[in-house]
Amino acid sequence: MRMSRYIIVGILLGFILYKSEAVSWFRIYEMFRFQSFHMFGIIGSAVVAGILAVQLIKRKEMKNVLGKKITIKDKAKTYPRYLIGGIIFGMGWALAGACPAPMFILLGAGHTVFFVYFVAAMTGTFIYGLLRKRLPH
Amino acid sequence: MVESFFIVIRDFIAQPWPWYVAGPLLAFVMFILLYFGHEFGISESFRLMCAADGADKMNEFFKINWRAGEWNLLVALGAVFGGYLASHYFLGSHGDIAHVGNATVESLNNIGIPVKLGAVPLVPDFISWNGLLTGPGLLMIAGGGLLVGFGARYAGGCTSGHAISGLSALQLPSLVAVIGFFIGGLFVTYFIIPYLF
Repeated sequence: MRMSRYIIVGILLGFILYKSEAVSWFRIYEMFRFQSFHMFGIIGSAVVAGILAVQLIKRKEMKNVLGKKITIKDKAKTYPRYLIGGIIFGMGWALAGACPAPMFILLGAGHTVFFVYFVAAMTGTFIYGLLRKRLPH
Repeated sequence: MVESFFIVIRDFIAQPWPWYVAGPLLAFVMFILLYFGHEFGISESFRLMCAADGADKMNEFFKINWRAGEWNLLVALGAVFGGYLASHYFLGSHGDIAHVGNATVESLNNIGIPVKLGAVPLVPDFISWNGLLTGPGLLMIAGGGLLVGFGARYAGGCTSGHAISGLSALQLPSLVAVIGFFIGGLFVTYFIIPYLF
């Protein structure tokens, strides 16, 4: 029962990204061509609402379900990894037209070819693990 | 009476969701996960699954307690169910289409992707098993997946972890990552995709 709540959150995530068409290759293409406000609106309004939520959490010192104060870890401030990793990720995002969450959603929608993307992404993650110490971070 | 009530609800959900509904709901997903004690980030599931598959014995990057990340795998599993439900029971009156505008349709036609305004599918036909057998399809599906998996772990997060969670928490590293996403995405969109068709 305790774990089923995560499945429900995942189902909600699936509906949001499917019904807003953020899972569509064409919407990602459109975004990178700056031909519509749609995707920028989704990400932008999520960030605005998210900033308000995070500020509220901090000011009210909100506690989580376990009764502990909610804290958000600061990300390590070593910049090459974010820029280089980000560029590589962005290239994959534009090619496949789907980032990790849409991949899971489209698999569920019956586009079974995303299983190939899934195995490739696991392979990419594994290669990163092997090369990590030799890469600039 | 009760039945017609459910039909009204179903039809309401089945409409295309505008950005101002989807965005705040994504923030709600992040908020509820924080309340459950976790930080929103989907691509971490790839690392967890590598660890669960035995990579923890091969490399220290995967020496993690993947069971502690079980919640993340369940969110991913939920997303699979969500995709199934939305596509099977909540399709809009026009079916599975992406409502992209005329400018996008024209630029797609110009690079050799034949789509018509008002009838652009959600998933293009080159993103399919048949598409995979062609060079461009293989590059987009398998190449794209490889780059996403590698890049997301290198950058320490994907769209959910950096663009949504990270920017919401005003993390400068996440802004750098998102700028990176766009540099990579723009490069591919302008200098690679036009030559694939």
